[in-house]
Formats: sequence, C-alpha cells, structure tokens
Amino acid sequence: MRLAICLTLAALALAALAFAGPSAIAADTPDPVAEAKAFQKYFTTKFPKLKPEDFVNGPYSMNEDLHRQWEEKEQFPPYEFSLEAGKEMFATPFKNGKTYGDCFPDKGIGIRQNYPYFDEKEGKVVTLELALNRCREANGEAPYSYVKDEMASLTAYMAFTSRGKPFDIKIPNDPRALEAYQKGKEYFYTRRGQLNFSCATCHVQEPGERIRAEVLAPALGLLNAMPIYRSEWSGMGTVSRRFTTCNNQIRGVPLNPQDEEYRDLEYYLSYVSNGLPISGPGARP
Amino acid sequence: MKIIAKRTILIAVLLISGAATAFAASEADFKAAYAAAEAANKEAAGLRNQWTTTAATLAAAKKAADSGDFDQAVAQSREAEALAKASIFQATSEKERWKDLEIR
Repeated sequence: MRLAICLTLAALALAALAFAGPSAIAADTPDPVAEAKAFQKYFTTKFPKLKPEDFVNGPYSMNEDLHRQWEEKEQFPPYEFSLEAGKEMFATPFKNGKTYGDCFPDKGIGIRQNYPYFDEKEGKVVTLELALNRCREANGEAPYSYVKDEMASLTAYMAFTSRGKPFDIKIPNDPRALEAYQKGKEYFYTRRGQLNFSCATCHVQEPGERIRAEVLAPALGLLNAMPIYRSEWSGMGTVSRRFTTCNNQIRGVPLNPQDEEYRDLEYYLSYVSNGLPISGPGARP
Repeated sequence: MKIIAKRTILIAVLLISGAATAFAASEADFKAAYAAAEAANKEAAGLRNQWTTTAATLAAAKKAADSGDFDQAVAQSREAEALAKASIFQATSEKERWKDLEIR
C-alpha cells in the first residue's frame, strides 16, 4: 500500500515537472515580439477610447481638460526656441568643416525612429544622445552635457524631422542584443529608491492617475515625444534628464547619464513602443 | 538612619552621573558607526542602488560630529547604516521580484 502511494506521488511529481518545466524556461527567455504585443494590448485595453497613436501625447491623452490645454499650447509651442536653436546647431559646421549630418545615415534627417540601436561591433546599445556626443568627439569637439539645453536642442530638431514616422527599433539576431533588451526590461520593472517605486509603478500601474498635481503618463509612447519642454522644469529635458530625475524623485541616487543600465532601459522602452509615431519634441506640464 | 539615607542618595547620584558619562558617545564611537554606515552604502553602490536619504543622513552625521555633538553623530550614522542596509535588501530581493510586475 505504502509503495503504491509512493509511486503515485512520484508519478504526480514527474507530471508536475513535465508541465512546469517548459513554462519556467519560457518565462526566463525573452520573446520581444510577443512581449511588445502584450505591452501595447495592456494599455489599449486599459484605455479603450484611445487610438494607439494617442499614447504618444502622454498625460494629454489621459485627461480631457489637459488635452484642451495641450491643443492651445501647441499653437505657440514652448519647445519652439529649442527647436530653432537645434536646427541651427545641426547645420553649423564643426571647426574641421564637417557637420552632424556627416556622422549619421541620411545626413541625420528623419532617422530618430531608429534610435537607440544595438551596435553589434561594440556589443552595446547606442542612443541618439550618445551618438551625437560621439560625433562631436570624433570631430574634435567637446561633448555636451546629456541633461542640458544643447543636447535637448539637437535631439529636438532630429525628432522633429522624424515626426509621424513609427518607432522602428530592431533587435538583431545577437544574444547580446537580447540580453540588453532583457536588462532594460529588468530595470524598468525593478523597484528602487527609498519610496520603493519602479518605472512601472507609475507608468504601468497608475497612468492617468495623479501623483500630487501631476497626471502620470503611460509607459506606451513615453519616449516618442522626447525631448520635452516641461513647465515644471521651465525648460527642455532630454531622455537622460528624464531618467535621472525619475530616480531622484523616488529618492534613489541616479546613475550617470548614458550608463549601460539607462541605455538598455531606453532600448527596451523604445522597442515596446514600436509602431507608434515619433511626436517629439513634446511639451509636458 | 539619616546617614544611611544620605549615603544612599549620594551613591545613586554617583551611579546616575557615571552612567550618563558611560552613555555619552565619543569621537571613536562616531568613527566606528560612520565607517559601518559608509561600508553598507558602498555595498549598495556595488548593487547600483544607493538611496539619496542615505547620503543625506551620512552628511548630517558628519555635520554633527564637526560641531562636537557625538551623540547626534552616532545616532545619524546608525540611521544611515539602517537606510543603506534597507537599500541592499531591496536590491537583493528585487532580483527576482521584479518579474511579478511584468506585463505578460
């Protein structure tokens, strides 16, 4: 009798393993295509009245009053000065006579939607901000701060030339690229700082809700509008500025702009918004 | 009887003042507490998860020590160590827990 019970238990355990095994493996192996689909479905289900392209307007898509404010604001957009400055900077040659356009495909026009990309030679993610500073350094110029106005102006102009083009982030067939995507995802969902918040706490669990006076933006389409003019900052902000400020707000010590974690985060967050149009430069409350 | 009572009071006063002296923190106590807090915060840095409040509390501890208030300096150092240890716990537990939040 005891033997029969033992055999039954062993058979049940083996059966459980057989069922649990593949799904446990699947849970740890990222499937970016399926994950991006699930990610977008989560938001379109949560906000059924919105069209996918509406999400790129962040909090302005979440709240009717704010949306009206935004429409009025767009008549005289606050990022306009930055955009004009960026256009001029982009066209002005370096001391060696070359320009930013010489560092990029298609002379840098209409390419924002392809950044960040995974550089298979380097084995790392390259963001647009990083590529711009590398371009400067390669041409004998000092790099710009990743969180200040010059970088925001340059990326504002490049984003503007890509307006309406859908994000088209690629994950090449390279295990390091998949690892970068996975690390970005891990960073996005990991709670940090004394307030114990992850990026997802605000931008997945609570979009459309208020945190103090601010309406939280959905994670879907979050980077499509970058860089942004924020009334709270009274100025422009880059992706780097947004990431480091978020970390500070949850009482976490920010990493250095363009550290690998932030680059991977940008890679993941851009990839899951693939198909949504670039709307930058944007404006936010 | 009166003499015994006076002696008892005298001994009690001496004991209390002695205890007070024993509990007052010294510069050496501060240095030890501060070093422990710094070590924990360094470990948190290795995990890429320092908290701004740890840094602020460490700065407050140093400021108290500079003004000679070692009781406060030790208290702040211990607070900073507790914060740093909490950030280490957070980083360690989140290594797996982040998956609970993932959209699937």
